Amino acid sequence: MRPKSLFALWLTLTMGIGAYLAFGIAGKDKSIFLPGATSDGHYQIEASCGSCHTPFGGVRQEACLNCHAAELAAADDSHPEKKFTDPRNADRVAKLDARKCIVCHVEHRPEVTGAMGVSLPADYCYECHAAVAEERPTHKGMAFDTCAAAGCHNFHDNRALYADFLVRHGLDEPDTAGAGALPARAARAVLDFAERLPLTAADADGPAPSDSARSDSAPSDPATVDAWAASAHASGGVACTDCHRPGGAPWADKPPREVCRDCHKAEFQGFAAGKHGMRFSVGLPAMSPSEARLPMRRDSFSKTLDCSSCHDAHAVDTRRAAVDACLSCHADDHSNAYRGSPHFYLWQSEISGEGKPGSGVSCASCHLPRETRRLSGGERVFVQHNQNANLRPNEKMLRDVCLSCHGLAFSIDALADPESIGRNFSGRPSRHVPSIDMSLSRTN
Amino acid sequence: MNWFSLRNPLSFAAVGALALAAAGCGGPAAEQSPPGGISPQVMADALHAVMESDRTVYTRNVVNRLQNEENVILASEHWKDDKALPLPAQMFRMSAEMVAETTDAFHYSLLSKWPVNKQNAPRTELEIAGLDAVAADPAKPFYGTEELGGVEYFTAVYADTAVAPACVSCHNAHRDSPRDDFELGETMGGVVIRIPLG
Repeated sequence: MRPKSLFALWLTLTMGIGAYLAFGIAGKDKSIFLPGATSDGHYQIEASCGSCHTPFGGVRQEACLNCHAAELAAADDSHPEKKFTDPRNADRVAKLDARKCIVCHVEHRPEVTGAMGVSLPADYCYECHAAVAEERPTHKGMAFDTCAAAGCHNFHDNRALYADFLVRHGLDEPDTAGAGALPARAARAVLDFAERLPLTAADADGPAPSDSARSDSAPSDPATVDAWAASAHASGGVACTDCHRPGGAPWADKPPREVCRDCHKAEFQGFAAGKHGMRFSVGLPAMSPSEARLPMRRDSFSKTLDCSSCHDAHAVDTRRAAVDACLSCHADDHSNAYRGSPHFYLWQSEISGEGKPGSGVSCASCHLPRETRRLSGGERVFVQHNQNANLRPNEKMLRDVCLSCHGLAFSIDALADPESIGRNFSGRPSRHVPSIDMSLSRTN
Repeated sequence: MNWFSLRNPLSFAAVGALALAAAGCGGPAAEQSPPGGISPQVMADALHAVMESDRTVYTRNVVNRLQNEENVILASEHWKDDKALPLPAQMFRMSAEMVAETTDAFHYSLLSKWPVNKQNAPRTELEIAGLDAVAADPAKPFYGTEELGGVEYFTAVYADTAVAPACVSCHNAHRDSPRDDFELGETMGGVVIRIPLG
């Protein structure tokens, strides 16, 4: 080939590749830059490279902590960075630098990534706890890859797994306590409206269908007004204009999610931290069930996730949000088995009025748990809207959820049994985690 | 901020003073302050004076008084769950961890030859020698230098004694404690303070 032709070919290829990469940088689709499949925890936001990566600075610890610091603090992190900065641990840090999240959680490496996004070999505890069998004869002969995989220990959150907690509960607690119930949610989710009086349908202050203030032709039909009038919003004194004309803004038929957020700050914060809303926290479009890695119903694929996906905009029916909304999308074994489970039976009993308040177990009872938070005015019970927070790992459910109704031993066994989870906990777990037995043996 | 930066001329004076102090025996040179600055040993002694005083006040006037004498509130290892007071050793460690988040100018820890938590057993040669030394002679701190992670440290070890009955009763009764015969006033462990040199 002649030199001129070679040069033209080189120039064409170079320009073509350059244009391809430039389009990738400037365009929305950044997938061409992904070095490998992103983990389940982060794939939803993989198009927002800057959320984790600093140009020419790699992945900084702050990027991880921006999203995960609060939950680590809430978990009383057993292995915080500050435990490893003491110089006496320098030799350990040289082997396993546990000061940085990305040492254990390497992204884009699916071939080495396991549960909880951990990319280390499962026996990583050995580096610091090699002598555990000398301190704890009960641990003699146990493989180090079972520490965190057998339902006994977690690296970060051991609030329900420490020895004295296990001993306190013991093995004699009944599997299910007859009088179990979840804590009641705060009567008013938003204290800013505490002085308002309840409203009725006659108080609806939306514009008439013919009103020029409206931006579309959707009428304020009686059904919509009735749904609102029967809602917690109306009983809490929240009028049509509070959402559709916040701060005197022009009427919006479909208020943006920020309107919900402005009143329900804690709930939105949780929503934006979990897999339902995490894309909002980095400025990406809403998640759709069609993009989920868990099995979803095909007829949900056209949906996108927002506050109103689960909470009807006017009825704001928390019962629908607690079960029906979930099952309108989720189609995995655990979800599909729910309506045949004892939990669903209890839920039906509660909503029919037979069961006492809090005795029913909806999807939300476990996955959007009620959390008691201490505020300056006393304690209030919030609904945690990050439905993933207590699933990483699932032992995080023990304290706030399972122990409301079940014994600790039964709960640990059930959560450690994938088959039991698949059956939505119908029947007894087929696994037994001996952690309580081991702890009790040391007290004798 | 690193008080003993190589760019700080005073650091050389401090290191020079340290060089005269052999490992495990803080001589007069280590005790002397370099012109216009303070020596690592003086700094460590001063830090320890604050730590020991705070720790003694909390142990005697908060934990021992409220738990053992007036039966007002318990102190518990699981103080959050039990809505109780943190144990003195936990209070000390929480402060040490908070300091570690604030500065790398010094580090400190509470160690013991008979630790409840085995992660708090001595690990470096100097820690082992220091805890032995202060157990034998609680009134005399142990000083030395050691290299950890490629950094040279001035390390001081001070005796940690049972200042209140609560110290003894708790450690003697704890099922993870290797000893059940501690006595009031006895050395139960040591406070280790490290100051990076250079």
